[in-house]
Amino acid sequence: MAFLSYLISGMGLGSVYAIIALGYTMVYGIAKMLNFAHGDVIMIGAYTAFYCLTVFKLSTFASIVITVVLCTVLGILIERLAYRPLRKASSLAVLITAIGVSYFLQNLAQILFGTDPKVFPELMRNSTFALFDEQLTLSFKTLLTIIVCILIMIFLIVFVNKTKTGKAMRACSQDKEAAQLMGINVDNTISITFAIGSGLAAIAAILLCITYSTFTPTLGSMPGIKAFTAAVFGGIGSIPGAFIGGLLLGIIETLTKAYLSTQLSDAIVFMVLIIVLLIKPSGLLGKRIHEKV
Amino acid sequence: MKKFITLLLVSLLALSTLAGCNNGGKKDEPKTIKIGASGPLTGGAAIYGQAVKNGAMLAIAEINAKNGLQLDFKMEDDEADSTKADTAYDVLLDWGMQVSLFTVTSGAGTGVAPRYDEDHIFALTPSGSATTLVYSDTKVYETTFQMCFSDPNQGVGAADYIKDHNLGTKVAIIYKSDCVYSTGIMQKFVARADEIGLEIVFQGAFDDSSATDFTTQLQGAKAAGADLLFLPIYYEPASSILKQASDMGYAPIFFGVDGMDGILTMKGFDTSLAEGVYLLTPFAADATDDLTVHFVTEYQKAYGEIPNQFAADAYDAVYALYKALVAGNVTYDMNAKTIADIMIAQFTTMTFDGVTGTNVTWSANGEVSKAPKAVVITNGVYVNAE
Amino acid sequence: MKKMCEKIFDKKHISRTISYLVVIAGFIIIQLMMNTVGIKSLFRSLLVPTCCYIVAALSLNLVVGVSGELSLGHSGFMSVGAFVGIIISGLLEPYLAINWLRLLIAMFVGGLVAGIVGLFISVPVLKLQGDYLAIVTLAFCQIIKSLLNNIYLGVANNGLHFSFIQNKVVLSNGGRMLLSGPMGATATTRIATFTAGFLLILFSLLIIYNLTYSRFGRTIMAARDNRIAAESVGIHIRNTKMLAFVISAILAGMSGALFGLNYSTLQPAKFDFNLSILILVYVVLGGLGNMTGTIFATIILYVLPELLRGLQDYRILIYSIILILIMLVTNNQNLKEKVETLIMKIKTRFLKKGSAAND
Repeated sequence: MAFLSYLISGMGLGSVYAIIALGYTMVYGIAKMLNFAHGDVIMIGAYTAFYCLTVFKLSTFASIVITVVLCTVLGILIERLAYRPLRKASSLAVLITAIGVSYFLQNLAQILFGTDPKVFPELMRNSTFALFDEQLTLSFKTLLTIIVCILIMIFLIVFVNKTKTGKAMRACSQDKEAAQLMGINVDNTISITFAIGSGLAAIAAILLCITYSTFTPTLGSMPGIKAFTAAVFGGIGSIPGAFIGGLLLGIIETLTKAYLSTQLSDAIVFMVLIIVLLIKPSGLLGKRIHEKV
Repeated sequence: MKKFITLLLVSLLALSTLAGCNNGGKKDEPKTIKIGASGPLTGGAAIYGQAVKNGAMLAIAEINAKNGLQLDFKMEDDEADSTKADTAYDVLLDWGMQVSLFTVTSGAGTGVAPRYDEDHIFALTPSGSATTLVYSDTKVYETTFQMCFSDPNQGVGAADYIKDHNLGTKVAIIYKSDCVYSTGIMQKFVARADEIGLEIVFQGAFDDSSATDFTTQLQGAKAAGADLLFLPIYYEPASSILKQASDMGYAPIFFGVDGMDGILTMKGFDTSLAEGVYLLTPFAADATDDLTVHFVTEYQKAYGEIPNQFAADAYDAVYALYKALVAGNVTYDMNAKTIADIMIAQFTTMTFDGVTGTNVTWSANGEVSKAPKAVVITNGVYVNAE
Repeated sequence: MKKMCEKIFDKKHISRTISYLVVIAGFIIIQLMMNTVGIKSLFRSLLVPTCCYIVAALSLNLVVGVSGELSLGHSGFMSVGAFVGIIISGLLEPYLAINWLRLLIAMFVGGLVAGIVGLFISVPVLKLQGDYLAIVTLAFCQIIKSLLNNIYLGVANNGLHFSFIQNKVVLSNGGRMLLSGPMGATATTRIATFTAGFLLILFSLLIIYNLTYSRFGRTIMAARDNRIAAESVGIHIRNTKMLAFVISAILAGMSGALFGLNYSTLQPAKFDFNLSILILVYVVLGGLGNMTGTIFATIILYVLPELLRGLQDYRILIYSIILILIMLVTNNQNLKEKVETLIMKIKTRFLKKGSAAND
């Protein structure tokens, strides 16, 4: 039974990774850049939701909407101001800029909100139910996280495959110049991708906060890096890949913590990344892209 | 070349501001004893640093109002980090510190203890409880002393208390592996539990980077059937543990140590989660002796809250310093080294009565003779658990 | 001798000469100040860390600036060097009382081990490119931190005691812990000196300049600027990049050893991702491939905020803004031109005023 409960909480954690990884994978697939600041958008989302709920005393639903909208705007802004001017620059320059943006957000939050941990208000109370003669207790929060994650994935798959914008995204990810020649507004498409990714980050923020209860300005950095690992694991650019990668990574992490050592879990997670990149750089579900000369 | 010369001139100018002031210029006659301190004024342990600062300032204001020996106090922020405490120590040296309240936390104190010893400056920590603050594996730091009970005391005290009062039969521990304080107590607790036959069924660790998610450790404790969870950690991660345990419907008895103090004043924390939590403290704000009543009312007047044990320890530490300074006839113009010799002689021979204990004495290696008391949180206040 | 002088004071490589001069002049000035007027203890305590950061930044510049690969795991090598250095110094302490010699050995072994680790890491890392390479170096840095967090090492009369994950080290009387997992090294004897830091900077400059101004340097820069073209003319890219990576790791390890022996307590968590980024900021701000710039950037960015303690909170915020702006201005053609014309305008106005004053 213990194993089952570890597995379920691993899936809960993995679902959060998966939601963040979906944001990463879409941005990487289309803009071909590693948006390091993605994790920090999550953190901003957490603070937004926190202030909406505690200081402005808004309802849960209104707070979630405001958080998603604000993160979306933030994502678009970051792309416009920092990444768009560098579209033709080397990947080194873009990555350093992304790191700069990440640090900017983190330290801005430190100055604005302080480094002391904030306690996230309770949204769901006493929400457990027992199975198998009380052998296994499940919490609604974990289930909610998993369900939200699956819904988001289904929505994204439909969006990318069935809508016009989704088609434009797929075109941009394959060949930007050809897409442009076909009359697709590449800049707008990339903006939309950032908007979707950041909106997902906002949802991840709220899910992270209701499970962990306290948060600080560094909330997003570790989950951010791990979610990127998950995206690479599943195959960058692939939506189901990000989902599977996130789930697997969450399970691996939890099981390592439970049966090996808490202190080694980070090492194991990153070993997974390195092994995947060396053996199958395209990830579990990714396609191999050959470099053009 | 022009650029180079400009740069050179600028750097020369910058250098000139760095020159020390010990170049013989006539100084003003000192009119105070300068007491330095460092502690976390920001970050995850800020409640401790702020409490120590408040307690110390209160004591100093009272002492200065007597118009006897005048004290000056400066506290630098170290965010409970050993390297930052090292820099803070240098800032205090430049300020002209003569005696010190050392550091608030054990981790920061471990980093600077050898420096206090090398420079021979007397330091009394109000709340740093690890033994590494007063001695290392190879040597005893002559000038560092503690005002609070030490970690071995807490570990042994907690184990004994649990056994004597039959609080639990199967004990789980969650500790912070990168914290001297937490691991120090944990090791002593485990050793003592072994001696007195207290069964430990689960040990879970976490560190700074994994201090938000405790579900795995809690599930482990629950699966092992633990009915008591020992938490030798600070209040901030403890608050998350209480919350996440309640979320998964796990309700053992929680037993904290002095680091649990502060959990009730944590902003936004649902204090009903802390109901029935045990913790160790040398100080009870509801005590009725004159000293405590005076301290608690004055503290409330000045800061609008009930003091915790960190404030009380700091208050006592300043008075202990004051007692030794007066008894040793220390004058303003003495340098730190001379004062340190006087203070060591005083501290190893004097007995002190304060709000955190009476007839308190210090051993030669700097540890204090105080026994931890257990309290239990009932209706949002500490109640003596005896 | 004459040949060597010519080599160092080559007109073609004036920046190299300036680097050496700046470092030597800085050392002499500070030494003079210490022995005459004295300096504040805060500043004195910053001297060794500054030297360490300079060396770390110089060595990172070899990878990022000269070789053109973004490494986000530089603090990992410093970490290996630091803890190996601390262990070596701790082991030698009872037998070797000469501090500077012990420091030298510790730095040498620390650098060597970091170099070996660098060699191991470089094999998988250099199979990748761009973002993936960066993220893998970051992953290695985290793995090194995680592993060091689990090592318990103690020394007693009956030899070394080691355990992993759980602290099972039991020492006989008189024994002491060298590494205690996440709490790192405690009660280290502090033997690092400013002179050692100065010599290490000179040593690093010597190695880096000799590398970059050699056949190797030209090869590696060709590989950086156009990998495919370089490969097609028969340049062995992997080997040259590997050499740069390993040398960079060795220097970082040496600086780490010096850093570790400057504090009595040091935890593995000190060498985290943030430290890697901080060093990267020094490199980017000093100029990719520009060693003199790196030295100045490190001094300004590290020392200034420490001295103006009120600025501490805003330090990284300001750095991040600078980082973004520099990247935008140097990499976006539009912005680059705008800034250049702006500078020209200021220059002409300034010069006009200057000449008017002369009349």
